[in-house]
Amino acid sequence: MKFAVCVFPGSNCDYDTYYVLRDLLGQEVSFVDYQRRSLQGFDCVVIPGGFSFGDYLRAGVLASKTPLGQALVDFAQKGGLILGICNGFQVLTELHLLPGALLKNRDLNFLCTDVYLRVENNSLPFTRSFEKGEVIRLPIAHGEGRYYVPEEELRRMEERGQVVLRYCSQEGKVEEAFNPNGSVGNVAGVCNREGNVFGLMPHPERACEDLLGYRDGILLWHSLIT
Amino acid sequence: MKVKVLIMPRKGLLDPEGRAVKEMLLEEGFPVREVKVGKVVELEVEETADVKTIAEKYLVNPLVEEYQIE
Repeated sequence: MKFAVCVFPGSNCDYDTYYVLRDLLGQEVSFVDYQRRSLQGFDCVVIPGGFSFGDYLRAGVLASKTPLGQALVDFAQKGGLILGICNGFQVLTELHLLPGALLKNRDLNFLCTDVYLRVENNSLPFTRSFEKGEVIRLPIAHGEGRYYVPEEELRRMEERGQVVLRYCSQEGKVEEAFNPNGSVGNVAGVCNREGNVFGLMPHPERACEDLLGYRDGILLWHSLIT
Repeated sequence: MKVKVLIMPRKGLLDPEGRAVKEMLLEEGFPVREVKVGKVVELEVEETADVKTIAEKYLVNPLVEEYQIE
């Protein structure tokens, strides 16, 4: 697999992602600058976490208007795999490659903690190494992660399997008590209809080694390369 | 000419900033019913500038925000 990791001014999880892909998984990976106009030749593009363009105006919107933003749209339309993590998820909603929007957390706190997540769809190229219904633990670190879509759109997304991850208890119960940021339906990650674009607020790249306390994240990367 | 684009959270959507400010003001003893926090983008543009397109395509996310041009 040939991976690209997008670099916008303010991206800050780009090296973490690069490290996991190259050093832990031995994949071919390149950084791509936000002024780049084509993503031809790559199999999978990762939009990493951070604060692209300082989160000015709305998180992700300025990044979505760059030449690389248009290249991402072209790449997605040709069926390329795109993974957006945290700020990358925000960029994908601003590009309209994913439905919905990510708003300021319900309680206005910047949340830097671990969460449990239930895997609702394990048939994607990003999730096939997980079991359906499996509960995993990943870190979150965001101020604007409250996923919003209108209720009827959420129902349609659920029917189509576009809700991929939900915040839950350690036992897998999806309830408001385990919803860290006020997202509709406890949604933590969604994909597009075609299943080649996936965005999530948690950070799988930060959960790949026992040294860091967890390694559930490695299964996501594993899904992509096997 | 100077143009202001007033951007507010869409009605019915949770506005945690507005809620926090309202709670603070109530605690300070002010009889406040509702507070909404939005943002203002001030532009200085040529007469020919299409401010509506600027607002709708760039400044506002219509899924979650409403706007007014002044």
